[in-house]
Amino acid sequence: MLSSPFITRPLSVDRIMLRVLYALVPGIALYVWYFGPAILVSIALAVTAALATEALMLKLRDRPLRPFLSDYSALLTGCLIALSIPPLAPWWLPVIGSAFAIAVAKHLYGGLGSNPFNPAMIGYAVLIISFPHEMTHWLSPQGVGQSVLSLGQQLHYIFTSALPAGMQLDALTMSTPLDTLKTQLHLGMTVSDIRDLPIYGRLAGKGSEMVAAGFALGGLYLLVARIIPWQLPLAFLGTLFALSGVFNLIDPTHYAPPLFHWFSGAAMIGAFFILTDPITSPTTARGRIIFGIGAGLLTFLIRTYGGFPDGVAFATILMNMCVPLIDTWTQPRIFGKKKEDKR
Amino acid sequence: MITALWIMVALAALLGMILGYASIRFRVEGNPLAEKIDAVLPQTQCGQCGYPGCKPYADAIAKGEADINLCPPGGEEGIHKLAELLGVEFKPFGENAQPKPKAVAFIDEQTCIGCTLCIQACPVDAIAGAAKQMHTIIASECTGCELCVPPCPVDCISMLPIEEQLTNWKWRYPVYALRQTS
Amino acid sequence: MIRLHRFHGGIHPPTHKAESTRTPIMSAPLPAQLTIPFRQHAGEAAKPVVQVGERVLKGQLIGEPVGAISSSIHAPTSGTITAIDLQQIAHPSALPDLCATLVPDGLDEWGVRQTLSYRQLSSDELQKHLRRSGIVGLGGAVFPSDMKLRHPIVVDTLVINGAECEPYITCDDMLMRERAEAIVRGIEILRHALGTDAVLIGIEDNKPQAISAMQRAVDDSSHPFKVIAVPTVYPGGSAKHLIKVLTGVEVPSGKLPTDVGVQCYNVATAYAVHRAVEHGETLVSRVVTVTGNVEQPRNYEALIGTPFSDLVALSIPKADTNRYIMGGPMMGVELPAVNVPLVKASNCVIAASDALFPPPPAAMPCIRCTRCAQVCPVELQPQDLYWFAQSHNFGKAQEYDLFDCIECGACAYVCPSSIPLVQYYRYAKSEIRARDHEKRAADLARERHEFRQFRIEREKQEKAERLAQKERAAAAAKAAAEAAAAIPTPLEPNADAEDTQQMRIDAALARAKEQAATAHPRNTEALTPEQRAEIEAIEVRRAHIHSLAADAGADDEPPKNSQGN
Ligand code: SF4
Ligand code: SF4
Ligand code: SF4
Ligand code: SF4
Repeated sequence: MLSSPFITRPLSVDRIMLRVLYALVPGIALYVWYFGPAILVSIALAVTAALATEALMLKLRDRPLRPFLSDYSALLTGCLIALSIPPLAPWWLPVIGSAFAIAVAKHLYGGLGSNPFNPAMIGYAVLIISFPHEMTHWLSPQGVGQSVLSLGQQLHYIFTSALPAGMQLDALTMSTPLDTLKTQLHLGMTVSDIRDLPIYGRLAGKGSEMVAAGFALGGLYLLVARIIPWQLPLAFLGTLFALSGVFNLIDPTHYAPPLFHWFSGAAMIGAFFILTDPITSPTTARGRIIFGIGAGLLTFLIRTYGGFPDGVAFATILMNMCVPLIDTWTQPRIFGKKKEDKR
Repeated sequence: MITALWIMVALAALLGMILGYASIRFRVEGNPLAEKIDAVLPQTQCGQCGYPGCKPYADAIAKGEADINLCPPGGEEGIHKLAELLGVEFKPFGENAQPKPKAVAFIDEQTCIGCTLCIQACPVDAIAGAAKQMHTIIASECTGCELCVPPCPVDCISMLPIEEQLTNWKWRYPVYALRQTS
Repeated sequence: MIRLHRFHGGIHPPTHKAESTRTPIMSAPLPAQLTIPFRQHAGEAAKPVVQVGERVLKGQLIGEPVGAISSSIHAPTSGTITAIDLQQIAHPSALPDLCATLVPDGLDEWGVRQTLSYRQLSSDELQKHLRRSGIVGLGGAVFPSDMKLRHPIVVDTLVINGAECEPYITCDDMLMRERAEAIVRGIEILRHALGTDAVLIGIEDNKPQAISAMQRAVDDSSHPFKVIAVPTVYPGGSAKHLIKVLTGVEVPSGKLPTDVGVQCYNVATAYAVHRAVEHGETLVSRVVTVTGNVEQPRNYEALIGTPFSDLVALSIPKADTNRYIMGGPMMGVELPAVNVPLVKASNCVIAASDALFPPPPAAMPCIRCTRCAQVCPVELQPQDLYWFAQSHNFGKAQEYDLFDCIECGACAYVCPSSIPLVQYYRYAKSEIRARDHEKRAADLARERHEFRQFRIEREKQEKAERLAQKERAAAAAKAAAEAAAAIPTPLEPNADAEDTQQMRIDAALARAKEQAATAHPRNTEALTPEQRAEIEAIEVRRAHIHSLAADAGADDEPPKNSQGN
């Protein structure tokens, strides 16, 4: 016999995930606009790999395929991985990343709802540690690189790693604005000198700043639609802004301004799409603020002092580890109980 | 290399001393382990474990003389609790010690001759009655140990399984058949 | 105007109240047969006081309260009791319970109706009257209303609950629209008994007609009651939450509203109080909504014990109806069969079909989205509770305040993974209760076992002592005789004097015991079978009383063991 309640109004898991996917659309569109359609190929590869791995793992774990394949969570993981690696990467890069994310980071920990770490970020971390070389060849935004590949040539490269005769990979790609900033600072240049380089736009990297803005737009939609809690992006972006602002005020020649931090790298997609993964973030309001602050702090530290170009992924993973603790600490007061009564 | 070895040895010795001191300094009086075990046992007092009651069995476990899988009334859950308490592996019941559904004794008062033999057998004084009177089980106090059944000379005691009633009904663990909703 | 407060969370399910409020309350016809359960209230079930075959009058007592928290059961109409046995009732377990079956004689003849003038009544007398009249909370919790007047501390605010927050249910709404005056009179009786000044009547603002009817009745009565429209939000009708909204006071967890000086009654209860006091009518009928998948959703005034099937038939269920729900869709229970009887707790019956209430999709894993926590009115963390309950981690669940959950179902309503959260909580709660019960039984058994051990030991010692004393006494007597023979002196040695005294006491005790043993056994041979049967019945009842006493946790041991040794 069924137990009450007999009526429900669920915004089901698949519809939640679908909305998150919709929210990625503006960012992806701008990505295509500025960097060409290679990213779409990359997304297709990553998503296919993610779904295939999901199906395989479900089979192995003897779980029903249909409800879990149609919840779009694997799809989202694939998308996020494709968006965090260079688009002009050999085909196996997104495939390995997605497969690892789904098989190890998700299913070996118990599948949907039980994974302590954000699968996409684990996939990314594995790739950047295992294939640092491939992971740094980012496409130049259109109009910056010396030469441009046609879609056919890009596809050819992705699947065979062969470039058309007479073209150099280095001529097509560049490292990310964040990476460039770090290397050039090491070489003794000042922030303002570096930002005069052709790859930089008004706020951050040319093109990539607009992509970030696209993600922010999608994120705002998610906030308004109450798909994601507001505490996480606010605390994360706020912390990043405040820290970089303070450092920038103290020494503008060596520390990039806050908006640069906001609009470069994975800050925006991280704030709205990665940190906000409900499974791997805290469940209490105060916990989310702590989580966001921690992630912002770690991101800034890794970006400024760490050895990797961006810090969002590692910051996320590190904070994921603290979630159970944060949750336990921040249990809210319940109706009719004073805080002190608790435990 | 040698230094590292020495450091390890010294560390081990130090920790050993601390542990030794702690075990003397914080020793607890009495035998709380037996009491803790006794608290986990179901107190049916049936003797099926081979000991004359729950406390003696608890003592035996505490001394390491008895296995943890000998008490059928405690059920598998009881073994789990004991295993957790003692930090040992779970052990399933043996062949001849299987838990039965809970029951209470019932005296057929038509047949009872008032011999008081069952009263003497009952470990928890759950039978009311005097010599040559009919005896009655106080159901709420009967532990279902069955000890009163064999002594009865006219075989008038039977064990009635406790049936599910409104007062002891429990909500079930939600199990939903996967239904196709097209 | 009074300032209203808010509580955390809550949901806004579609109310579906309009359907059943289009027609006035209709009196349901007398059914062919009534089944009246003896357990219709929180606490101990009532004890039958009528015989099978007896003719009863409407309102006559047929079940009397047992113990402190209990209430009376009455015959809903005049007729003949044809059976007192186990019958299926409206309970999710589908288990039967003790019921009286009454075949009406069609006269609907009232028995004695004792009316009272409440102004002359003390709170105590009113409590007795309510208990005799079987008045219980009609909002759904069916807690005996007399218990709620038994207040050790001062109650300064009386809250009257007309919120009726659950979808579909409209019985209170219709009652307020049509019988506001009687409700206000009932409220005045309760207010008088509680001795409070402030009376706040909270009604959700989706019932404008009820609000204006009540306001008019209050104005006419010139009592200083306040009718307050509260925002419509589920579960705003939960007593503790309505109190919070109206007064801003949070009833502490595990405490009663009286602990913060507030008492809360449902409007239907106030109406029943009025009928009981000023008309002498015991609680034999109530207003119930029949709605959902029926042609004519409406409210009926029906006798307690009316089979739901009769009521549903009056409203004509649609063809695809496949189950019935007693109560609202958020907290109700599915009826095990549609012919189970209406009870005091039944405020609504909903005919359901798969189209109306689609079966939930298969549950997915929890994604920790905390939508449940956002709507939980108790500010619990339902996702954590679920996690603990489904992994049988009951200790943790309790630590996370499982028992503060009011099972409102708001969490399950919004869960994107369609997890039957409330059922997990109910499962965990009943497991924990069963375990507590077992633990208590084990502790009792241990205690009794230890006591028995001690008693056997003591008896052994006493026996040994008695033997020793007898020997000593014999020796003393011999010595005394010798001494008397030798020196004729009346003085006895001191030590021996004590011994003999002890001996005499022992002898007296033994004699008394012997007497007790011989006096008690009944002459069971020379009795007629009827007498024997009667004695047996008495014995059974006595045993039952003993077990009850033991259940009630009486520390003093009732004399269960009168065996002569
Ligand atoms: S088997 Fe019987 S006597 Fe032994 S511990 Fe279990 S309940 Fe107690
Ligand atoms: S009445 Fe019988 S079964 Fe029950 S506790 Fe006593 S001896 Fe055991
Ligand atoms: S059912 Fe319990 S946990 Fe769920 S919302 Fe209601 S009070 Fe909170
Ligand atoms: S609403 Fe459901 S899925 Fe979301 S956290 Fe609560 S239980 Fe989990």
